[in-house]
Amino acid sequence: MDINDFRAWHTLVLMVVFFGIIWWAYSKKRKSSFNEAANLPFADEDRHEATVKKDSNHE
Amino acid sequence: MDSQTTYNYTVVRQFAVMSVIWGIVGMLVGVIIAAQLAFPELINGIPWLTYGRLRPLHTNAVIFAFGGSALFATSYYIVQRTCQTRLFGGPLVAFTFWGWQIIIVLAALTLPMGWTSGKEYAELEWPIDLLITLVWVAYAVVFFGTLYMRKVSHLYVANWFFGAYIITIAVLHLGNSAELPWIFFGASGATGIMKSYSAYPGAIDAMIQWWYGHNAVGFFLTTAFLGMMYYFVPKQAGRPVYSYRLSVVHFWALVSTYMWAGPHHLHYTALPDWAQTAGMVFSLVLLAPSWGGMINGIMTLSGAWHKLRDDPILKFLIVSLSFYGMSTFEGPMMSIKTVNAMSHYTDWTVGHVHSGALGWVAMVSIGSLYALIPVLFGKKEMYSKGLIETHFWIATIGVVLYAAALWISGVLQGLMWRAVNADGTLTYSFIESVERSYPFYYVRLLGGLLFLAGMVIMLFNVLKTVSQGSAAEADDAIPQAAGH
Repeated sequence: MDINDFRAWHTLVLMVVFFGIIWWAYSKKRKSSFNEAANLPFADEDRHEATVKKDSNHE
Repeated sequence: MDSQTTYNYTVVRQFAVMSVIWGIVGMLVGVIIAAQLAFPELINGIPWLTYGRLRPLHTNAVIFAFGGSALFATSYYIVQRTCQTRLFGGPLVAFTFWGWQIIIVLAALTLPMGWTSGKEYAELEWPIDLLITLVWVAYAVVFFGTLYMRKVSHLYVANWFFGAYIITIAVLHLGNSAELPWIFFGASGATGIMKSYSAYPGAIDAMIQWWYGHNAVGFFLTTAFLGMMYYFVPKQAGRPVYSYRLSVVHFWALVSTYMWAGPHHLHYTALPDWAQTAGMVFSLVLLAPSWGGMINGIMTLSGAWHKLRDDPILKFLIVSLSFYGMSTFEGPMMSIKTVNAMSHYTDWTVGHVHSGALGWVAMVSIGSLYALIPVLFGKKEMYSKGLIETHFWIATIGVVLYAAALWISGVLQGLMWRAVNADGTLTYSFIESVERSYPFYYVRLLGGLLFLAGMVIMLFNVLKTVSQGSAAEADDAIPQAAGH
């Protein structure tokens, strides 16, 4: 196989991978787990407050 | 037992405060060299303070000391909070802080001495390069170790961006810093011991340098700060990111296209034509993922725009995204060869870099640090909201003055340099374009001074926030805040 054939296939494979990522990200199955992930910044207030409390006691 | 139920905020506090301090130092050096351009005889006869030695000190200080410390602080904070586990690595965590600070101090000592490898954004000489490698490996162990130990099943999207940044910067640093220390070839004296030469020859060296240089922009100044954005914009707006799906596509599209954009720094040079064209095409493609990310950030406020009115921290974050959108539109345009034929080597490039560096990188960091610092020190909010508002307006006016002045002087220079008479001779000598640039250099200096003044206000506000009230009062303030 010529190096240029490899380059052409490589481009096609990457395109397929890219559309695969879009298909995966936008599939219905992902919706609930993505919602869970998107809410992670709001999910740990208890532990955060425990840290701040412990640190201010030590100071 | 504590380590099972709490986070490590010590290192986050250290990096957060140092980020503000290094920001002031780095921007002060920037103002000094801007003053040298406006008043060329300012520091005559002092070799350590010449433009050529201070300019790399300015870029290294703002990118790696200010930006780097902000990234260490926010990545350590975000990875703990979104993985709900304490930082992994024990003593390695403190090593990354002290190691990084030593590197910064070494840069501040060696660059004014004139010890440089001469590679833009990678000027530090080989002994410091080795230290950077050690600190970066420790950073990777801490970060990925923490991800591995996570208590939740998902990897929040911000961590993907930070992970890509840590891996890529390691690869770039090792690739571009491949160098031969002169000491192995009989060097003597301090200058000789510090000196090294690139392992790559000619045009290959240039290509490697800009593969590094543009990906320092792409992965250090963009990808990593997007990680910051994906946590602090939703957090400050009090709602999850606009589209999590878009953030996933955004991530993969961005990291897979940035890697190839470097050659646009070498248009019309000895670099092969196909490489220049490939660099231009990938730079144009980059517009799509860049704007995808910007839209995702800004639209997080959709339906809650009123929050912008009285929250200066959100103003910083949203305006930073606007500058991100503007400079990621401007960048691809400037990478087009015919546009680049006029813009390259002019002040337009410098204006473009600063609308990205001040408008996007610095403002998203400042907004995030204002959100982060009171939280880290157990305070309800910053000492003065009014001062944040003042900082916001001073900084915004500063960036606009800076960028607008250099756009105009850049176009002026580009047009003057390419003007030819009917007989093919150049219409203007180089010095004529320099003379015409002076008014814009005064405006640029003013813009830089304003931005620096904003940082000094920030430091005052931060110190007041940290010192205000005793530890016991701070302790009481937490249940009160929760009770409201």
